Amino acid sequence: MNLSLELMLQLCIILPLITTIGIVATGRYPNIREGVTITASLVVFYFVISLYQGLQQGEAISVQWWQLLPGLQLSFTIEALGMIFALIASFLWFITTLYAIGYMRGHHEKNQTRFYCCFAIAIGSVMGIAFADNLFTLFIFYEVLTLSTYPLVTHAGTEEAKKGGRIYLGILLSTSIAFFLLAIVSTWFVAGTLDFTAGGVFGAEPDILIASVILVLFIFGIGKAAIMPFHRWLPAAMVAPTPVSALLHAVAVVKAGVFTVLKVCVFIFGIDLLDKLPSTQFLLYLAGASILLASLVAMRQDNLKARLAYSTVSQLGYITLGALLASTSGVIGSSMHIATHAFGKITLFFCAGAILVAAHKSKISEMRGLGRQMPITMAAFFIASLGIIGVPPTGGTWSKWYLLMGTMEAEQWILMTVLMISSLLNIAYLLPIPIRAFFPGDTAPSSDITSNFTIKEAPLPSLIALSVTCVASVILFVYPQPLYELATSILETTGVAHGQ
Amino acid sequence: MLAHLPVLQVIVPLMAAPACLILGRSSLAWLFSLIVSATACLISITLLQQVMTSGTIIYALGGWNAPWGIEYRIDELNAYLLLIISAISTVILLASHTSIKKEIPKDRHTLFYVLYLLSLAGMLGIVATGDAFNVFVFLEISSLSAYSLISMGKDRRSIWASYQYLIMGTIGATFILIGIGLMYQMTGTLNMEDLAKRLPEVAQTRTVFAAFVFFIVGVCLKLALFPLHLWLPNAYAYAPSIITAFFAATSTKVAVYLLIRFTFSIFGLSFSFTTLPLQTIFLTLGLLGIFAASIAAIYQKNVKHLFAYSSVAQIGYMIVGYSISTTTGLMATLLHLFNHALMKGALFLALGAVMYRIGSTQLRDFQGLGRQMPITVAAIVAGGLSLIGVPLTVGFISKWYLVLAAIESGWWPVAVLILLGSLLAIVYVWRIVEMAYFKEPLMNREPVKEAPLAFLVPVWMLVSANIYFGVDTRLSVQVAQAASQSLFGVSP
Repeated sequence: MNLSLELMLQLCIILPLITTIGIVATGRYPNIREGVTITASLVVFYFVISLYQGLQQGEAISVQWWQLLPGLQLSFTIEALGMIFALIASFLWFITTLYAIGYMRGHHEKNQTRFYCCFAIAIGSVMGIAFADNLFTLFIFYEVLTLSTYPLVTHAGTEEAKKGGRIYLGILLSTSIAFFLLAIVSTWFVAGTLDFTAGGVFGAEPDILIASVILVLFIFGIGKAAIMPFHRWLPAAMVAPTPVSALLHAVAVVKAGVFTVLKVCVFIFGIDLLDKLPSTQFLLYLAGASILLASLVAMRQDNLKARLAYSTVSQLGYITLGALLASTSGVIGSSMHIATHAFGKITLFFCAGAILVAAHKSKISEMRGLGRQMPITMAAFFIASLGIIGVPPTGGTWSKWYLLMGTMEAEQWILMTVLMISSLLNIAYLLPIPIRAFFPGDTAPSSDITSNFTIKEAPLPSLIALSVTCVASVILFVYPQPLYELATSILETTGVAHGQ
Repeated sequence: MLAHLPVLQVIVPLMAAPACLILGRSSLAWLFSLIVSATACLISITLLQQVMTSGTIIYALGGWNAPWGIEYRIDELNAYLLLIISAISTVILLASHTSIKKEIPKDRHTLFYVLYLLSLAGMLGIVATGDAFNVFVFLEISSLSAYSLISMGKDRRSIWASYQYLIMGTIGATFILIGIGLMYQMTGTLNMEDLAKRLPEVAQTRTVFAAFVFFIVGVCLKLALFPLHLWLPNAYAYAPSIITAFFAATSTKVAVYLLIRFTFSIFGLSFSFTTLPLQTIFLTLGLLGIFAASIAAIYQKNVKHLFAYSSVAQIGYMIVGYSISTTTGLMATLLHLFNHALMKGALFLALGAVMYRIGSTQLRDFQGLGRQMPITVAAIVAGGLSLIGVPLTVGFISKWYLVLAAIESGWWPVAVLILLGSLLAIVYVWRIVEMAYFKEPLMNREPVKEAPLAFLVPVWMLVSANIYFGVDTRLSVQVAQAASQSLFGVSP
């Protein structure tokens, strides 16, 4: 194919939307319908890879659409941070579709056409967020993402799904309209531009008070980053089918949130200004509290998906914290953590779904001895847990390393302690699950598991998917170079603008 | 011919109304009304083009020059309003033939179209004329036909609702007349342009103050500003569906136009906002209206009532924008006039389709409707999203300018309140969504089919307009900006 990079950039956003037509048209034939989704996801991934190569060769790729309002344009560009996000999301879209085929059929879910449609729209808007060149464009796709994932969260259509959906939409829409939009309009009024600019848009002598208030509005308004006390939507969204929880609530939606936080911190405020604002300190402690509290709550959850959800809240706190640290290592750590946490968490969710489909279990207390029945799944669970904790041989090691470095550079000793305690908590709430599964001990009560030595794993597509993400998590440890280079180049552009 | 367009705009529907009687048959009268309304729409498009390229059009009725004769003046604001009214009317008429078959007895169909055209002519007349007394005449034409149209509703409570509206509307119209009369007494002229020149000389008199207050209160009754909105919810809920859609989209807009025209162009900005504490009063009432009416909407059991209260809340937004009284604020109000007409037109027309199929708009009857009438309910959801102000819909554009206007003036708390108010819209819109999608259909109900094309086409025309003008804002923003700037330029 001989497409220009500009065209590819636009197709990344448009193609998933066009795919919905194909999905609806072939809705009667599940095999063709899933074929359409898989093909689309592969093509989008190919486009993103090509764009990545373009970025590495230093090509400036940007696209302007039309002006929505005078001075406010829909425009897209390629930049390192967005590239990380786009690469992860498009790759995992493919993997998740693979997984979903096994899961949705194995679980006999209804309305699968609607499911794949909304999924594709969500991915299209994630691409829009990743490549957005200004805050206005980003906001529009941010809202589209919220709305397109609502039918996915409430997929089951039950009373419980309705309640979950209510909290999900209620918090995400409310925060985005009441705080995020207000912050954007204020920024537009104060700075006169919403373009992502290296070094920030507020100029040399900004009003510190107003900038502080706007920063708080941003951090509260980006509800998808799930900073406490606006995190309730994430556990509520766990009523969704597992592939949705996996991709959207470990990768796309939550990462869209922290990605936006990073973008705002680095390209709207700029780390120099961020360092000066009094509200930064307050928000750092809020993020720290969010990390610790969510970990503590996670320990008390017996439902596996709920535990993973709170773990996500905690890990998102890491990324927000790293962004707010306003130090080089902090930003590098945060952007790497977007990737490493994505692979680790999606594996964990895949495993949770596989256990549900194969063994019909969702409670942790029932999973003793499950390792004999589902060895591959549980092994993957173990490795992915290491990734979340941040120990070798997984990619999580590097991102947590840089985050710790960031706290030291900023001389935030309290926050450094928070990160270390939290890692211990991660061990406490994640590792017992695979350990008990393999070594149930003498007290293993459920006789049906101990007597049943036959291996009964999840459907093959699901198993392949979770193995791939698990392996990817290890690869990120052995070969983190590309990711690290992307992460450092985010700040290089900022540094150049400052003449540092 | 082209020179006579300003008057033809009003005369065509006015003359066509009695002509409907001659046609007699329902379908003929419908077709005729549709053609008339479409003609009015074409005229208004031409007028808007003329105004945008070559400035204000002045037309002396019967060749008698102002201030002796009656003058029609079309500037950006008039042309913009004319377009909104005639376009919405045309789209809504597309569905009327089907809709009234089930809601109005057959022998009254012709009468329905006569009154509809009269009401349309009245509204177009109010907007087109440049003569203060003429405003009153057309106001009565449109109001009287409105009272009788509302009383045609299937539900017998429509008669009571219409009576309520009659009383409140007549008080409003009388107040307006008293206001105009006092102005005439002080200046000896009824021409708006002339009034604007002569009023400043006598501005500091008690009579002019009284005229101003009478006029403002009268207009606020007509535009259903909180707490003078009491007639509106019942009138909207019990009127025939077509009429609800038509009035919700247009009639309060006309009253907002009168408010803007008289305070900005005739009394002048400094008199309206400096001499009298109008700004504070309107800001308070507007904000109170947003919250009180939105909260009331949340507790309604009838969806028509729900959206009627939401209309009162949306009028609150327009009044808040107006009370900011900067070019951006007024622009936000004008944009919201246009955008709200599109939203409510789509929503009430979709409700008409629901009424047509299940004979009720009670919220509990929406159970399971998402599966039975997917296209109609999708339209309601799209309209609802626009009401909330989600990006890529027109509601977002209004909200953006309104918040920007508040921040520009340094009114931060107002900006916050505007946004918080729109969160309430999420609650009442989502009550419908959850009822339609998460409940099983009622067991004892006949299977419900999707609404007929006669509904779906106009409903989705309006929904597409909601999205189109939320994505391509050149037309609405440009015209609203031009109108707003000229209002500030003209006023002393």
